[in-house]
Amino acid sequence: MADRRPIEQTLAQVGRPELLTVPGASPAKINVDSLSFFYGRNQALKDVAFDIPERKITAIIGPSGCGKTTLLRVFNRMYDLVPGAHAEGHVLLDGEDVVSTRNLLELRQKVGMVFQRPSPFPMSIRDNVAFAPRLLGWPSARIKTVVEQSLERAALLEEVKDRLNDPAASLSGGQQQRLAIARCIAVSPQVILMDEPCSALDPVATTKIEDLMSALMREFTIVIVTHNMQQAARVSDFTAFMLMNPEGRFGELIEFASTADLFNRPQDDRTEAYITGRFG
Amino acid sequence: MAASPTATALRATISPKPPDRFRTLIGVVATTAPAALLLIVVVLFQQAWPSVTHFGLGFLAGSTWNPVTLQFGAWPGIFGTVATSLMALVIALPVGIAVAIVLAEQGQAGIRGAVGIAIELLAAIPSVVYGIWALYVLGPWTFQHLESPVSDRFNSVGWLSSASPRSLFTASLVLAVMILPTLTAVSRDVIRAVPRGLKENAIALGSTWWETTWRVILPSARAGIFGATILALGRALGETIAVTMVIGNNYQIPQSIFSPAYTLASVIANEFTEATGDLYPAALVELGLALILVTLSANVIALVLVRSATARAAI
Ligand SMILES: Nc1ncnc2c1ncn2[C@@H]1O[C@H](COP(=O)(O)OP(=O)(O)OP(=O)(O)O)[C@@H](O)[C@H]1O
Ligand SMILES: [Mg+2]
Repeated sequence: MADRRPIEQTLAQVGRPELLTVPGASPAKINVDSLSFFYGRNQALKDVAFDIPERKITAIIGPSGCGKTTLLRVFNRMYDLVPGAHAEGHVLLDGEDVVSTRNLLELRQKVGMVFQRPSPFPMSIRDNVAFAPRLLGWPSARIKTVVEQSLERAALLEEVKDRLNDPAASLSGGQQQRLAIARCIAVSPQVILMDEPCSALDPVATTKIEDLMSALMREFTIVIVTHNMQQAARVSDFTAFMLMNPEGRFGELIEFASTADLFNRPQDDRTEAYITGRFG
Repeated sequence: MAASPTATALRATISPKPPDRFRTLIGVVATTAPAALLLIVVVLFQQAWPSVTHFGLGFLAGSTWNPVTLQFGAWPGIFGTVATSLMALVIALPVGIAVAIVLAEQGQAGIRGAVGIAIELLAAIPSVVYGIWALYVLGPWTFQHLESPVSDRFNSVGWLSSASPRSLFTASLVLAVMILPTLTAVSRDVIRAVPRGLKENAIALGSTWWETTWRVILPSARAGIFGATILALGRALGETIAVTMVIGNNYQIPQSIFSPAYTLASVIANEFTEATGDLYPAALVELGLALILVTLSANVIALVLVRSATARAAI
């Protein structure tokens, strides 16, 4: 399936010279530079380097176990939850290092995350969206407007405006995922990370989320991990292809380019093998 | 609309009702427990009949227990039973949940496993051993270091006055230790069963460990923790021997939590072997009925609370 939106700009410099370079790129929001990641002694990522452009959708694709989720979870330091996990190298968000920052609340307010499973909290729809604003101690009048705004931006308000006090668990799976998006954008993050956000949804709900992403792209930098190459081709502007190194058993970035280039003119044989389905 | 022969045949094979024999079996099994309870109550009523007819409903409200004048009333026993159990819950619940939260965390599996097993072993100690420990160690210690200082300081406050080494409070404390294993082990398992995604979502939204635990994990585990509490309450209400050894066996509504009191189960255990005549043993059996009434009421109240809580939250 072809892209819905034409790609007007592509990326100039992607951190590694052997990767595709095109003049006239949009500014980078996140710079990843020689990033390695370890679960205890096991290396999961080695020397990943690329720039994620601002207000674009960047897809991360690759076979299972190649480290896509691991990479994504570096950007908001979710790996802090895993005992013994640590990152080496640099991930700069607007020039500030994510790997070494101490202010996690601020980081996670700037970098939101939507998971594969929506996990509504055991509280009302309204309280779910108000969760992060309350953590930040916003006044209740502001929270009230933010709840409505966020639900509106997540294309959910129409369906739930009469039942904001109902438990969030009463929503359908697709609605719950849009609620998760509303909950995530309530504190106006700059980056939204999505880890296979549609893999538990039916095609109709998937389409809704994809449309939503295209709309949100105007305000947010979006990074999406997906198993679905059609989805990456449909929604993203840029695509990163990762692969597990067969000897070292760690994940590597093979190629990063504009989505059109990566799918039409892959520079690496392994990328071509993967996107044409001749892989593994 | 006429059903086609195949459709009829299909419906016959996938009939929604289980076969009759199976239903009969299930029915018999399902009625066993209520039938047993009913049988017990009937037998107790038979045994208690002289006392039931003699005192009527006044038995529950009466506050004397005098085998000499044959005056019997259950109220101080009911009070002692309920008061010790509730106080035990108030003491054990925060401790149990806090320990459960820590044990449910990931990492350092060795230490957490060892502590978990140690706590579960507490449940294997016979209650008479708890009683001995409370009589010789816990009771004197709390009397010296807790009850006396507090009651000296707050002598004007009635319910904190007049410390005594055997008291409602000491009994509650032993009960708290005794119900701690159940409370902790069940709560830990319930907290562990909270989907990991909930925790990750809360963390990703910027909440700290405390905020995640307090606002997301505990509310998700609420129903299960409530179940653990009811289980613990049941054990506390019926516990006999350890309480008997430290409560002071004084059949009165205690004026202070540090005064000696009595529980229904303790009275029965202490006096049954010596009870002679007609009315005296009957009154003791009726105390047993009162105890059943208390536990049943506790369960019914719990059920109503759970219903209304889940109706509100509908997780
Ligand atoms: N918590 C963890 N502890 C230890 N190793 C882990 C952990 N999470 C992931 N790994 C390992 O890191 C590697 C990369 O895993 P990751 O989940 O990032 O892959 P992925 O590309 O997201 O796979 P999938 O497409 O199946 O989601 C795998 O070898 C995995 O076994
Ligand atoms: Mg993954």
